[in-house]
Amino acid sequence: MAKFFAVTIILIAIGSAIPIVRGTWTQPVDISTHGYEIDHQYHETMWEAGVAFLAAQIILAVFIWKFSNRREDAEIRRLPGGATGLVLAAVLLVGTEVLALGVFGMNAWAKVYFAPPGPGAMPIQAQAGQFAFYFRYPGPDGTFGPLHPDKINEANENFFGLDPVSDPDSKDDIVTAEMAIPVNQEIHLLMHAKDLGHSFYVRELRVQQDFVPGLDVSVHFTATKVGKYEIVCTQLCGLGHYNMKTYLEVMSQEDFDSWLKQQAALQ
Amino acid sequence: MHDVSGQAAHHAPPQGFVRKHVFSLDHKVIGKQYYALALVAVLTGMVLSWLMRLHLGWPNLAIPGLHWISKTGAPGNLMTPELYLQLMTMHGTIMVFFVLTTAPFAAFGNFFLPIQVGAEDMPFPRFNMMSFWVTFVAFLVMIASFFVADGPTLGGWTQYAPLSAVGAVAGPGQGSGVVLWAASIGIFCIGQLLGSLNFITTTLDMRAKGMSLMRLPLTAWAWFITSCIGLTAFAVLMPACILLILDHVAGTSFFVASNLVINDQLQPHSGGSTLLWQHLFWFFGHPEVYVAIVPGMGIVSHVLITNMRRPLLSAKVMIASMGAIAFLSYMVYGHHMFVSGMNPFSALAFSFPTLIITIPATIITLLWIGSLYGSKLRINTASLFALGFISMFVSGGVSGFFLAQPSIDIMLHATYFVVGHFHLVMAVAAIFGIFSGTYFWFPKMTGKMMNETLGKLHFWLTFVGAYCIFMPFHYLGIMGNVRRYAQFVDDYLQPVLGVHKFITVAALLTGAAQLIFLYNLIHSHFWGKAAPENPWQATSLEWSIPSPPPFDNFGGKPPVVYHDPYQFGVKGSMGDYIMQDSPEPSPTGD
Repeated sequence: MAKFFAVTIILIAIGSAIPIVRGTWTQPVDISTHGYEIDHQYHETMWEAGVAFLAAQIILAVFIWKFSNRREDAEIRRLPGGATGLVLAAVLLVGTEVLALGVFGMNAWAKVYFAPPGPGAMPIQAQAGQFAFYFRYPGPDGTFGPLHPDKINEANENFFGLDPVSDPDSKDDIVTAEMAIPVNQEIHLLMHAKDLGHSFYVRELRVQQDFVPGLDVSVHFTATKVGKYEIVCTQLCGLGHYNMKTYLEVMSQEDFDSWLKQQAALQ
Repeated sequence: MHDVSGQAAHHAPPQGFVRKHVFSLDHKVIGKQYYALALVAVLTGMVLSWLMRLHLGWPNLAIPGLHWISKTGAPGNLMTPELYLQLMTMHGTIMVFFVLTTAPFAAFGNFFLPIQVGAEDMPFPRFNMMSFWVTFVAFLVMIASFFVADGPTLGGWTQYAPLSAVGAVAGPGQGSGVVLWAASIGIFCIGQLLGSLNFITTTLDMRAKGMSLMRLPLTAWAWFITSCIGLTAFAVLMPACILLILDHVAGTSFFVASNLVINDQLQPHSGGSTLLWQHLFWFFGHPEVYVAIVPGMGIVSHVLITNMRRPLLSAKVMIASMGAIAFLSYMVYGHHMFVSGMNPFSALAFSFPTLIITIPATIITLLWIGSLYGSKLRINTASLFALGFISMFVSGGVSGFFLAQPSIDIMLHATYFVVGHFHLVMAVAAIFGIFSGTYFWFPKMTGKMMNETLGKLHFWLTFVGAYCIFMPFHYLGIMGNVRRYAQFVDDYLQPVLGVHKFITVAALLTGAAQLIFLYNLIHSHFWGKAAPENPWQATSLEWSIPSPPPFDNFGGKPPVVYHDPYQFGVKGSMGDYIMQDSPEPSPTGD
């Protein structure tokens, strides 16, 4: 039974690694300027975690095979190097490995979060509420009008609580249910939670950030490939959470300009 | 060296059924009560997971009898999204609190810690009794939420605010369901605090003559370390639950910010902090992971050493590593919150300790594997589950490398990768620890042997089944499959619906295999072969007394301890081992 168990462990370990090596299920192609760093870090980690996983499982299996059900008079042997060797191996190999991962991984994180958006970044406000996203573009004046939570009214399609009558900045604001952005243009996404916690997740963009009620947070990114991508909510927000999604359309600058004009006309 | 013999805990043998079996002060009965509660809880949690998995695999399937669970959430026995989330929340809560915390820590710890230190009982038997009954009441309160108008809360076991704090306006179960959840967990915390106090004082003050700290078995060390974590972690969760209840019933706004509009209604709250709940919850929540797994580490060490017929390469290093994990567990909790909106610079502070905690975890794993080298490993159900624990702990552990890094967490946060990770590393591994402990200690707890053939069958189906369920979760997560979805309607998820069906079938079969265990447990309890005093030729004090142990453990004669707990691979009078309380000299001098 011990030998069968050892073989099972090895088969499971190798079988688990096959889909990873073959890329059967993998993340979609990155469409952002910062995603390369994240993907690189992910692949580095996969190598190191993969080697650790296979090595540990295989050594475990080999020892089970070799040292189980031995004769009663068999001699107990001690692993060369003993506990000191193992501690050294853990500290030097794993310690160095994880610290290296940590240090290099911080570059990828810093690119997303530590650098402020450039001066030419296009501001777009995203609002999340049960169970829909809405987006607001500042219009020709380049300024968002203030929000009035008491004026929010879904039936009248006043999703953000704007008051264009009293607030001149709100007059040209453009509100949409889908998000469109120009390709190769940095976007500064200002995130506002209307009711509860939600999240903004676009896999291809390598962006995931929570909407925090009472705390307006922001992220910035640049999309590099034209296409249509799903935006989904990843923070449990109630019964409709699974269906809280919309689309991000990355367009050429010309297409974006005409799309924005079209949306402005619909306001 | 301590020479107190446990007299402080002396109490007379109980008279009458109620005192013997219900409101018992005996640590062994309390341990069994905890085990029984965990068994009921794990069966409940497993049935909930079957229902969830059935729905995820076949969303349009009518599940016969579903309307019994929820009157409003199952029209035509079809599961609504809210019922899915309610089942998911209850599955997570019941499993984490009432199974993974109670069984390896409270159940086995209660039964064996006093015996292993050589005491007659714990120092505060009434607190001990209270800790179980308080936990039992907590379980009833949690189950009661199935019977309130709109059912239990749907907010997940993490109960993030403000979803959990604004009341029924946020959805079904978010009113009275949340209040019952918070009340239950608050009560549960009291039980754990009482239990932890008892465990700590038992370890420090009740040791028999000769039982120095370094002569404690590794299980005793694991329970002691777990108690220290529990004492501090649950002490934070309990007030957090009280604040959450106050947000519901007293109009406070601890966790709710101003100007929130739900269903077009401006909420009356103002000034609270959404992230405050997350900080309080995870300050408890991450140490809780170690409350679940550290006892398992102790059990695996204890069972493996006995079956390897040799001590670990270094018990001191094992104890230090478990201690290091406990210490670091408070500094890592923010890795659950990398994309929560907290200051991104704090990701640095939480990422590095998270990565560093892999060092003691690796040392522990290497100690087990390294000690297998040159051993005389006996294969039985207990040792198979202990070895299975190591395999699961490795598989779940390496995925932690990814989630410890904030940059990769951007991709993997809130996906099935996380679900696969924590299920393998803390849930399945901890459950394997429970199984290993059960097959190992059942003879001592009941005086009967379990059936080994059924045990091994149970092991094989569970080991392979668990991998079939939880390994694919990682692949789904890598491709961005978001967790906590009642259905998978996103375009990109359509190609993986087949994987979810596979996981569902694996979960149903693996779940069914647990019935073998249940049958074995019940059948052996009543009709099993009588167990000898020391069937595994083990060395620690629990094996020096009859099976099952008498009321006062050592028959009124406190033991004297002469050796460290694992004198294996030596030439003793009884074979290749010397019991801890045997006065015969050990060749190693320990």
